[in-house]
Amino acid sequence: MEATVPTSYYVVLSAILFTLGVAGVLVRRNAIIIFMSVELMLNSANLVFVAFARQFMELSGQVFVFFVMTVAAAEVAVGLALIVTIFRTKKSISVDDINQLKG
Amino acid sequence: MTLTSDLILFFVLALVAIGAAVGMLLSRNAVHSALFLIVNFAVVSVFFLILGAPFIAMVQVTVYAGAIMVLFLFVIMLLGAERLRQSSTALSRQAWWAFFLGLLFLGAVAVYVFVAWGGGSLPPAFATAEAARKFGGPLSIGQVLFSKYLLPFELTSLLLLVGMIGAVVLTRDEKKIQKSEVRSQKLEV
Repeated sequence: MEATVPTSYYVVLSAILFTLGVAGVLVRRNAIIIFMSVELMLNSANLVFVAFARQFMELSGQVFVFFVMTVAAAEVAVGLALIVTIFRTKKSISVDDINQLKG
Repeated sequence: MTLTSDLILFFVLALVAIGAAVGMLLSRNAVHSALFLIVNFAVVSVFFLILGAPFIAMVQVTVYAGAIMVLFLFVIMLLGAERLRQSSTALSRQAWWAFFLGLLFLGAVAVYVFVAWGGGSLPPAFATAEAARKFGGPLSIGQVLFSKYLLPFELTSLLLLVGMIGAVVLTRDEKKIQKSEVRSQKLEV
């Protein structure tokens, strides 16, 4: 099994996915979709980690992907709990309606 | 560079991944967005397999496409937030800025990767099939995780605990708690 795709291709693909995630955060108003875009960005970072782990034959990159996934899981749990709480008080999850700290 | 089967596979998968990401971005229905994102995660896990990371690929499918996305779908359906009305303060200028700056970022990365860094560096091939199997398997990942990264690994358990407590505390019903407190005070009196 010989990988003949250069690492740089993976870096560019990951940059494209990251940019789409950033665009999602900036353009969409639905808080849940903004969260999904953040997940997309984390995932594109994971792709670069694994690509460079393959490039340098170094397993630390893959272990870091493991940690990133843990952080993503914790972030999603807390973030979705926040969204549910905001929806209870505001009856909306559009980020345009969430414009004050007072509940 | 000749178009080998590996390159064709890469480009097809990359197209699917980008198409799924664009679909997530543009679809009006939040459930469709979540399903597009699951497609994207599945394709990225195939990339992980190609890059010699079978364990990470399986974790990607179970944790990301499984646990995290099910949580997303659950919350979307719990809130009934499939369709969000588009607010009147549509940020058309912000969208154009996002488009423009995104293109700028992509151009900068492409220039850096293909000009400054030199681009076409190929990763070293595995010497034997045995080496390929050993590289990213559960055994080798576990050996690195539980020796070199033992302390960070233990700290992630703390992080997950904090996340769990945070989720429980944030979503509990305030009124019910107050009622039960009042009731217990009455009982004491």
